[in-house]
Amino acid sequence: MDDGEELTEQETTLYDRQIRVWGVDTQRRLSKSRVFVSGIKGTVVEFCKNIVLAGVGSLTVNDDRTVTEELLSANFLIPPDENVYGGKSIAELCCDSLKDFNPMVRVSVQKGDLLNFDVDFFDKFDVVVVSSCSLSTKISVNEKCRRLSKQVAFYTVDCRGSCGEIFVDLQNYVYSKKKSDEECLLEYSSFEEAITIPWRTLPRGLSKLYLVMRVIEQFEEIEGRNPGEISSADLLNVQRLRKKLCEINSLNESEIPDSLLQRLLEDGTRESSPVCAIIGGILGQEVIKAISGKGDPLKNFFFFDAIDGKGIIEDISHVQVLEMEFRMGSVLSVENIIEIPY
Amino acid sequence: MASEQQSSTIKGSKVLMVGAGGIGCELLKTLALSGFQDIHIIDMDTIEVSNLNRQFLFRKSHVGQSKAKVARDAVLKFRPDISITPYHANVKDLDFNVDFYKQFNVVLNGLDNLDARRHVNRLCLAAGVPLVESGTTGFLGQVTVHVKGRTECYECQPKTAPKTYPVCTITSTPSKFVHCIVWAKDLLFAKLFGDKNQEHDLNVHSKDGSSSSKQAEDVFERQEEENIEQYGKRIYDHVFGYNIELALSSEETWRNRNKPRPIYVRDVFSSELAIQNGNLHNCSNGDPPSLSAMASLGLKNPQDLWSLKENSKVFLEALKLFFSKREKEIGNLSFDKDDQLAVEFVTAAANIRASSFGIPLHSLFEAKGIAGNIVHAVATTNAIIAGLIVIEAIKVLQHDVKNYRMTYCLEHPSRKMLLMPIEPSEPNKSCYVCSETPLDLEINTHRSKLRDVVDKIVKAKLGMNFPLILHGSALLYEVGDDLEEDEVANYAANLEKVLCKLPASVTSGTILTVEDLQQELKCSINIKHREEFDEEKEPDAMILSGWIQPRATEKSSNTAVDSEVSTSSASEAVPLVAEDDDDLQIIPTITGKKRKLSNVSNEMKNKRKAELHSKNDVVVLDDDNSDMSKKEQ
Repeated sequence: MDDGEELTEQETTLYDRQIRVWGVDTQRRLSKSRVFVSGIKGTVVEFCKNIVLAGVGSLTVNDDRTVTEELLSANFLIPPDENVYGGKSIAELCCDSLKDFNPMVRVSVQKGDLLNFDVDFFDKFDVVVVSSCSLSTKISVNEKCRRLSKQVAFYTVDCRGSCGEIFVDLQNYVYSKKKSDEECLLEYSSFEEAITIPWRTLPRGLSKLYLVMRVIEQFEEIEGRNPGEISSADLLNVQRLRKKLCEINSLNESEIPDSLLQRLLEDGTRESSPVCAIIGGILGQEVIKAISGKGDPLKNFFFFDAIDGKGIIEDISHVQVLEMEFRMGSVLSVENIIEIPY
Repeated sequence: MASEQQSSTIKGSKVLMVGAGGIGCELLKTLALSGFQDIHIIDMDTIEVSNLNRQFLFRKSHVGQSKAKVARDAVLKFRPDISITPYHANVKDLDFNVDFYKQFNVVLNGLDNLDARRHVNRLCLAAGVPLVESGTTGFLGQVTVHVKGRTECYECQPKTAPKTYPVCTITSTPSKFVHCIVWAKDLLFAKLFGDKNQEHDLNVHSKDGSSSSKQAEDVFERQEEENIEQYGKRIYDHVFGYNIELALSSEETWRNRNKPRPIYVRDVFSSELAIQNGNLHNCSNGDPPSLSAMASLGLKNPQDLWSLKENSKVFLEALKLFFSKREKEIGNLSFDKDDQLAVEFVTAAANIRASSFGIPLHSLFEAKGIAGNIVHAVATTNAIIAGLIVIEAIKVLQHDVKNYRMTYCLEHPSRKMLLMPIEPSEPNKSCYVCSETPLDLEINTHRSKLRDVVDKIVKAKLGMNFPLILHGSALLYEVGDDLEEDEVANYAANLEKVLCKLPASVTSGTILTVEDLQQELKCSINIKHREEFDEEKEPDAMILSGWIQPRATEKSSNTAVDSEVSTSSASEAVPLVAEDDDDLQIIPTITGKKRKLSNVSNEMKNKRKAELHSKNDVVVLDDDNSDMSKKEQ
């Protein structure tokens, strides 16, 4: 991303306060960046608001779902008036409101099913954010981004009830530290690489949310459910799946607490607005940072649980595992969890 | 997340928001989406263009309108059935009294100045209403919960007051660029364009009239018919040339310091007969251009560093423009960061002075930020903080005491955490605000007047706006609309008396009672006479003490609670988190265990001691507090 022309007077006036935070150079880079998001619920709405206010070059939104009351619950972009929203897709409605936040950003709608977009499609963007999609879709989009010769930053974000998760894949990321010009390199795992790391090799004290999310994710995939289309009625089957997965991974079931599973099942598709604001904010900051090429980026998972109030970064990447392998002197086999029935 | 019971608690609650700015917009939105149905919001500000990068409820077309009202209208668009009551008013107004606060279940602050925060804190204590406080700067932020009797109040931990500087540093021995800015803004700009009657420390005498009496010729006065350019050069030579030479004549001052060099117009423009001035910017569109020295001189980029020569040109051009195009305002102007010409003038003046003292120069962009106490801010941090505020607010409404948290939003993770929750501490038993502990005041009762105590201690340090001062049952001073003429005269007279000569003589051992009826705050001050004060370190000749240190010898009666410490207790320093426009509050290091006042380490105690003293180092040459209290976010 090269920084060519100067910012216009309009930009320096509007962006004055944030330029004082991240500098003119970052602001220039932002104005040239192209962002794609798919799956517009509360958290992504927050993220879109943040990124548009920040002044990205363009934002392309994808979500063909028609508006329902549930989708409106944490969405402040759409007036709850059927005369206004009737017949339109979420993306179309949000697009208009988002443009309003910052006329200097090109906001547009991309229709279609995320799974059907090919590699070339993603080449048009610098940042790709997906939400509310199945596990296989996440993996597929991530892989497509990785196949491109240029580095596309890939993020997933999901809020379930009072919990939230962000995943970051910046591939081989070269950046400079904030205070010095010292160059650093970070190697990221893809989503698939990360989640196929055997559970028993995961660091101690890992946030419990990680494993709980993986179990529920698996469950939804196997059952063919849309994300969040779960309830307390599924508890028994989810517990069975957990048992199986723990056996395969030689992990004690108590590492994946019932209470947390129950909570997420009960919440279903419900989103907590405060949690959306928090997760959407953290994601916004991370994307801005990645575009700027300055400052330590989040690597590679972020978890938040309103019940304990902690916002935690976990590094779950194969590079770490390889290091561990080297130290332990053993060979680990990577289980392909996806194919295991319960 | 919202259970049935939680939903109904939220629906039935009445919430007060103070501030409709950066945090306020995000907070109002999140409250509405979370099911709150009765929200009141106070903000005295109107919308400015620079707000629009983050205060997303506002549009360009709203510039100039009330923040509280526009925010309300914007939120009603997506939640038309809730009730939002806006107040375009100052939260310090007498209307917002204890009874007003009592109608709310919780108060949520989204302010950006210490003054207002303290005020709201006191009213919440008086009304017995829980307060959720917050603050952000750049990527940092925090949310804190204050429940009377259960947790610390907002003032239990001393907050660093906005930074001020000793007079001599500003007038004689600047060592940092900010000193030059304060000089340029509060002295030079004020002298040239502000109220003539104000006291100043700028040397007003020319080389010839060396008498120190007030009758001496005021060099800053423009002579009748004096050519503006001549005047400008004369001022330049006086402040950057003559005054510096005068300062150099005092050998003692410069023994351990680098000497400044005097700068005269002839030095900077030696090769030119007349100083080139560009043409005034042509009006190509309908709007009259705002006057700008930069525009006249063809200096386009506010981020550029100007040379001494360029700064000098700007200085002279700006001065010329003020006197030729804005003559009517001269004598009444105060510095406004949105006044382009004023910012240019102050930048140039500060840079020339900096050049003189060997201090690095700064761009207009940077100088404006310093001079204008500009908060650097982004939407994301405010959004995160707003989310955290609502989470705490819901806990408060449900009386979920065990789960109240102070949450810190960090830029760099601490023990893997970007969001770090900490259990609140118990109230500070020696907090004069919530525990009514007496304070001590060292003062020379023969020399200091009551006015000094009222202005510098009661109003400035204690944050009381409408104070009452009693000695026993004798009322020494009060304010109010309902006072009789003779009472007002009596109090005015008292202000000018030295303490020992007051009707009820105030001497060593006297206990004064100071009260603010609006804040329902009462406080005792033990007077201790002291003869001498260090002019440099204690320029106010008054030392207030007594509420800072929690007693470290206090036994921890909290062992039971300590054992419940979760693994989330951080054992590292909580980083600097901004509370205010221009300054950072330092939160003490947390040592090992859960942070309880009784566990304060010696190191921390000493640190606090240092903070206390450094506060007394300063002189009221600060950026006027009135500026700050005007702003609410």
